[in-house]
Amino acid sequence: MHDVSRSLGSQQILRHLDFEVGLGEFFVIIGASGCGKSTTLRLINRLIEPTGGRVEVMGRDVSTMDVTSLRRGIGYVIQETGLFAHWTVRQNVSVVPRLLGWPKARIAERVEELLEIVGLPMAEYGERFPRELSGGQRQRVGIARALAADPPIVLFDEPFGALDPVTREHLEIEIRNLQRRLNKTMVWVTHNMFEAVRLADRIGVMHEGEFIRIQSPYALMNEEHGPFVHSLLGPHRFQLRLMTMTLAHLSEAAKLDKPEGSQGIVFDETTNLWDALSISDDKGADSIGIRHGDAVRWLRPRDLWSHIPGLYAA
Amino acid sequence: MLLDGWQIAFETGHHLLLTLVSVTIAVLVGVPLGMFLVREPFLAGPVVGVAGIIQTIPSLALLGLLVPLLGVGDKPAIVALFLYALLPIVRNSYVGLSNVDRATIEAARGMGMTEAQTLRHVSLPQALPIILAGVRTSVVWSVGVATLAALLGAGGLGTFIFRGIAMVDAAVICSGAIPASILAVTLDLLLAWLERRLVSLGLQPGPRR
Repeated sequence: MHDVSRSLGSQQILRHLDFEVGLGEFFVIIGASGCGKSTTLRLINRLIEPTGGRVEVMGRDVSTMDVTSLRRGIGYVIQETGLFAHWTVRQNVSVVPRLLGWPKARIAERVEELLEIVGLPMAEYGERFPRELSGGQRQRVGIARALAADPPIVLFDEPFGALDPVTREHLEIEIRNLQRRLNKTMVWVTHNMFEAVRLADRIGVMHEGEFIRIQSPYALMNEEHGPFVHSLLGPHRFQLRLMTMTLAHLSEAAKLDKPEGSQGIVFDETTNLWDALSISDDKGADSIGIRHGDAVRWLRPRDLWSHIPGLYAA
Repeated sequence: MLLDGWQIAFETGHHLLLTLVSVTIAVLVGVPLGMFLVREPFLAGPVVGVAGIIQTIPSLALLGLLVPLLGVGDKPAIVALFLYALLPIVRNSYVGLSNVDRATIEAARGMGMTEAQTLRHVSLPQALPIILAGVRTSVVWSVGVATLAALLGAGGLGTFIFRGIAMVDAAVICSGAIPASILAVTLDLLLAWLERRLVSLGLQPGPRR
């Protein structure tokens, strides 16, 4: 458990933030440029000190902790990757374990394991330099480096901001799976709502130095929200909404039998509505199967809209 | 009159020693000064400016100015060479260190490197190509300026050049001028080689060797 609460002096960059991120939670901070989201993130590893209030990590006030050991215990990934250009991939990934004085054999083993996790096998990539990698690969190295000493908390400051949309979406899905598998607490700053929806357990919407909402993606998309959140969602509100709903939301409406003569695709009920609709459209399917355990229920896309609460209300 | 080989070798050695001693002192002073200026950037302008002014003083004039202060011989020669060598080294250290990618330093701090560790493991290795370029410039200049040191009785290859001019003897001039030129070119090539060895391949452009 860690709990952050602070406010900042004369210029009021951040106003009385009071929030808590749960252990193993994926918390995304979203907002426009200059709203204070990066500042908030950097309070956690004390790259910035608060002028008021208190930041706690794992129940301990960070201002009382040794700053270098605090930082060595928290992973940190930034947009520009901050990889050390003069070191190879292997040397970059082993930075924190080396700082912590791990024995050589253990470091070597760990680096190999991490590069495997991020999909850059040691044999092929270990001795390359950052300049010999693509943008996406560099970000993978950045992530491996942040995870090296197995920190319980990892901070991300718009890590995928400079990547192309395809690489970006791909990495987002991977990092989400990784976070679930390794049970890390992740705090992620972005200004991309698609990214936030794909990743977050909860989204904190920041505006002029304060959180105006802290909600699950589903709640954020489907509950009443003010004009600011509305503008943040932009013209993609509809897609974002479908992305936060899973097929499980519709299983009530689905029938047991597959509509006769229809071309169907079966999805797990955890699949989000947007993916299910776009995949079935791509494949030319005209009915969607929703798998719940061993049972499959069927629905035609055209019957689906009336079952989404308040879809055309706004 | 032809000079014997031993004499030429001796003065070449002396010339080399004058150059290396002054440049070494300039590195020992200049690099830390550069590091200091990165931390106190408001001093960078004045310090680099003063070093620039020293550089602008004609070398012969500077040597002359040092005679009343330090007398003649190796001492004023080394001081003058040191002052000349300082500018490229301080300036390049400052520029190299202050141009290290901010994100890299941010990442180093964020991962829990202390300030000294960041400097040693991140900033210095990344600024190394630029610092070494400054050292190279200094060395080549110093070989040139060191020929003038002969006028202060410091010896070196300038001895033959000035003697040859006085005697209007081309052979004597050449026995100073040719080794001095070879020395400058050799040191430059040596430093270029050293640069390729010391600078990480990750910072060098082009395909890997």
